Amino acid sequence: MVTIKNSLLALLCERPHYGYELRQEFESRTGSTWPLNIGQVYTTLDRLQRDGLVESMAGDAEGRKVWHVTPTGRDVAAGWLTRPISRPAPSRDELAMKLAIAASLEGVDMPAIIQTQREATARTLQDLTRTKAAGGDPASPHELAWLLVVDSMIFQAEAEIRWLDHSEQRLSEAAAGRRAAGRIPRTHEADAPRAATATRTKGER
Amino acid sequence: MSDQQLLRLDGVSMHYGVGATAVVALAGVDLTVDRGELVAIMGASGSGKSTLLTIAGGLTKPTGGEVIVDGRWLSELDPRQLAALRRRTLGFVFQDFNLVPALTALENVSLPLELDGWKTSKARRAARDALGVVDLADRANHYPDDLSGGQQQRVAIARAVVGGRSLILADEPTGALDSTTGELVLRMLRHRVDAGAGGILVTHDPRHAAWADRIVFLRDGRVVGSSESETVDALARP
Repeated sequence: MVTIKNSLLALLCERPHYGYELRQEFESRTGSTWPLNIGQVYTTLDRLQRDGLVESMAGDAEGRKVWHVTPTGRDVAAGWLTRPISRPAPSRDELAMKLAIAASLEGVDMPAIIQTQREATARTLQDLTRTKAAGGDPASPHELAWLLVVDSMIFQAEAEIRWLDHSEQRLSEAAAGRRAAGRIPRTHEADAPRAATATRTKGER
Repeated sequence: MSDQQLLRLDGVSMHYGVGATAVVALAGVDLTVDRGELVAIMGASGSGKSTLLTIAGGLTKPTGGEVIVDGRWLSELDPRQLAALRRRTLGFVFQDFNLVPALTALENVSLPLELDGWKTSKARRAARDALGVVDLADRANHYPDDLSGGQQQRVAIARAVVGGRSLILADEPTGALDSTTGELVLRMLRHRVDAGAGGILVTHDPRHAAWADRIVFLRDGRVVGSSESETVDALARP
């Protein structure tokens, strides 16, 4: 995987490492979020060596190799750190797909689907926030690296909730538009638009 | 109502106007807040979340239902008793801080106690302690204008909890702050709640609501769902 390859290469720019050390460094600096097995580390190092980006040297008495970065490897790592990440074509996001399909079906309770997802995502957000709040020394470099990773997950969960709010409003406006055009009777409304809510009378529900 | 329960809303409704033009701001909301619990209220504009907060704080009388704060039924209190309850039990935190500009941080925090009849020296001592809790002991003699937004909001939190007030009602307390300062303010709020207070946090920001133990979702004046954090270790620390 390109990301692992570049991450290991960047770590080797700092100083040479044994394979098992490299795995420990990777995991502790990314908050143990993406566990690596040792086999993956050695396969990646072999590929990096094949491409001329790292070299191995005899290390300790037990025959373990020490891995060094080559000048070309250093250039590749620098390029990875400074260039923006280009994301591939839109991923097959299950939630987006589910909402799009659901919205096209008759008789689906969209507000309920959205609310169920909102609660599940909010719970994830609460769990992540609680973990983050549970202490740790912000001055330690490993804690800082971990916080960056947790924050990234927190912002992704937040984005999903905001997108759900936005989708709910969009669907409600679309339903209001269809009602105005006389295509669906009011009793089939999925979610009353807010403008209508403000003038709803006490006994109407 | 258990001793742990600081706030209970029983079927609280709020209607403005009558007849065909009536607007329903809240429609039969039930809610409880225990000691040591922070509850976030989320919902779109007009969902009723700010109305709920003013009713919980005894600032607005609901058109239906009951509000019980620390064992006292608000409907049974006369205006003088209600004002006393607000001074002694409730602390408000607003988006725009609401500090008195002509008073120092210390005076702002001690003001509610002095209004409640505390001796100045005793009130100032309690205020100094409260400022210490929000890490602002060294800013006690600064005026609000000389403090950053985050510091002003921390003074407001100190004011909300000074003198043993137990229920903090916060309306978008991070709305005027940048992202990391907002997080610091929420940490302080969380800390006060963990120390035994109870709190309601009204916010439209999911990331801030996530600091609560429970998030209650409002739509059109009704509770449509809630989420509660269960696990402590979502992600292992290195």
